[in-house]
Amino acid sequence: MILAEHLPALQVVVPLLTAPLVVLMRVRGMAWAAATASSAMAFAIAIALTNAVLHGDSVVYLMGSWPAPYGIELRVTTFSALLLLIVTGASTVTLVAGKNSIDAEIAHHRQPMFYAAWLLAVAGFVGIAVAGDAFNIFVFMEIASLAGYVLIAAGSNRRALPAVFKYLIMGTIGATFYLIGIGLIYMMTGTLNLADMEARIHEVGELRPILVAAGFITVGLALKGAVFPLHAWLPPSYTYAPHIVTAFLAACATKVALYVLLRFDFLVFQPNLAAHDLQFSLFLMPLAVLGILIASGVAIFQRDLKTLLAYSSVAQIGYILLGASLVSIAGLTAGMTHMFNHALAKVALFLAVACLGTRFAQLRLENISGAARQMPWTMAAFVLAGLSLIGVPGTAGFISKWILISAALQEGALGAALVAVILVGSLLAVVYIWRVIEIAYFGDPPESGQSAGEAPLWMLIVTWAAVLANVYFGVVPSLPLSLAGDAAASLLQHLP
Amino acid sequence: MKELLGLYNYWVFAVVLMIGFYAVVAKGNLIKKLIGLSIFQSAVFLLYITMDKVDGGTAPIIQKGVTDQVFSNPLPQVLILTAIVVGVSTTALGLAIVIRIKECYSTIEEHEIQNLDRDT
Repeated sequence: MILAEHLPALQVVVPLLTAPLVVLMRVRGMAWAAATASSAMAFAIAIALTNAVLHGDSVVYLMGSWPAPYGIELRVTTFSALLLLIVTGASTVTLVAGKNSIDAEIAHHRQPMFYAAWLLAVAGFVGIAVAGDAFNIFVFMEIASLAGYVLIAAGSNRRALPAVFKYLIMGTIGATFYLIGIGLIYMMTGTLNLADMEARIHEVGELRPILVAAGFITVGLALKGAVFPLHAWLPPSYTYAPHIVTAFLAACATKVALYVLLRFDFLVFQPNLAAHDLQFSLFLMPLAVLGILIASGVAIFQRDLKTLLAYSSVAQIGYILLGASLVSIAGLTAGMTHMFNHALAKVALFLAVACLGTRFAQLRLENISGAARQMPWTMAAFVLAGLSLIGVPGTAGFISKWILISAALQEGALGAALVAVILVGSLLAVVYIWRVIEIAYFGDPPESGQSAGEAPLWMLIVTWAAVLANVYFGVVPSLPLSLAGDAAASLLQHLP
Repeated sequence: MKELLGLYNYWVFAVVLMIGFYAVVAKGNLIKKLIGLSIFQSAVFLLYITMDKVDGGTAPIIQKGVTDQVFSNPLPQVLILTAIVVGVSTTALGLAIVIRIKECYSTIEEHEIQNLDRDT
């Protein structure tokens, strides 16, 4: 079929073209319906592409039929398919669930713009995942980031504004570092196509600019990916963004940056720079370990529910990087699987938070005291998703932590220490999730006696669907595992 | 000495980059931060423009009958045109956020905003 050939381009084009159309839809509910339909279509395309790469080679698409490296190349690998599923899946689920929550938080006349920004963010994220060209990645990254800033600032809480300003400054510095890095590489190789770049760096005599480029790109993307200690923008942005936006961005914003980081470091630099794997793990492993321990520790002392979960996200990024910094197939598989599983857990958790948000104006822990009596289904969903975040057997979170631990154990004495870090991190996760459970289940409801009641039924149904997905992928983890395993093998193919 | 002067443009790039970065980090006024960010990005434009210069190269326009012409590389210029657009959009969005901050807090000084949020 002729349409199937164009799926990689359509993946980006569908949300990108729907965005300006959505702006024109002023009838109540129309903009939401159109955005959701567009996002669902992107999800369907992502599933079709995943199916294609699982049963064959990478899907390569030449824009306008110009041959690479002269033309622009889109390339869907198993790794990008994994990201496409995360981005479009999270967007679709949160949009389907979120109508009530968005209606409550965003004025009606602003909603068409809001949904347009949402679709632009989706287009940017999927664009990064399918692009085979370093500069296109930069442009898509900025599309996604700019739209993301708009989404975060869309709520009514004024604290979102300084938060998003901080995010804008740090995000732009990260993107500019990335731009300097690809400029240096272009200077030495004369190409922007990632596959071509990897081949041509072999011919470069003087490798020092490439080394500098590796530094700029790694740090810039670490900034975008909120790698500890460059995570300062993340907790306030996630805390004050509209609840549904937090659910969407928490699932994919940082992971897409990490995807580019891994792609660059493994595919472009690893085969070309001497001892780059050593530099990579020496740089990232301490940050990953510190991130897991410190961010989890900080999460325990947070009094705002969303800030608590945001710090937990910083810690989870640590797990992903810890897997990658082992520089082994097992480790990378674990890291990538954790991208998928953490997205599942965080979407479910933040959707449960959004359910709480429809009944409580403030989400500080003391506000939701005794909430489980009024909202038993919401809190039960929160508990189950929390178990997945902790990594209890039978949930998706367990799978990635289990293979992460087995990957670490292959590394000898260092591995044993890393296993201890993972276990301590999980115990800290038990503590911060328990704090929420304790206050919601055993705290007394506030005196004023809010007659809150359960969240809207439809939101609850979708939240539970997300929770059940955590259980499903905990029992049948073959999809993320096969995608991640194949992606890890292809990233490491050049290493002895 | 030859290295210092021969790489003149790259030195300027590094210095301008750091001037912008300093403003972003050190200034408390949000507008000044944005100006710093713009300077920071402009430095990168200079880097790209510098790298496309070919010794003796001219504008890449093909003329009839002229065959031995050396051209400067047009690709980085096109790239940086895109990056300039990205930079302009970022600055515009940043300024829009500053306007909303001014409406909500009646100030655009970072420490005053922090104090206002601490009180409430």
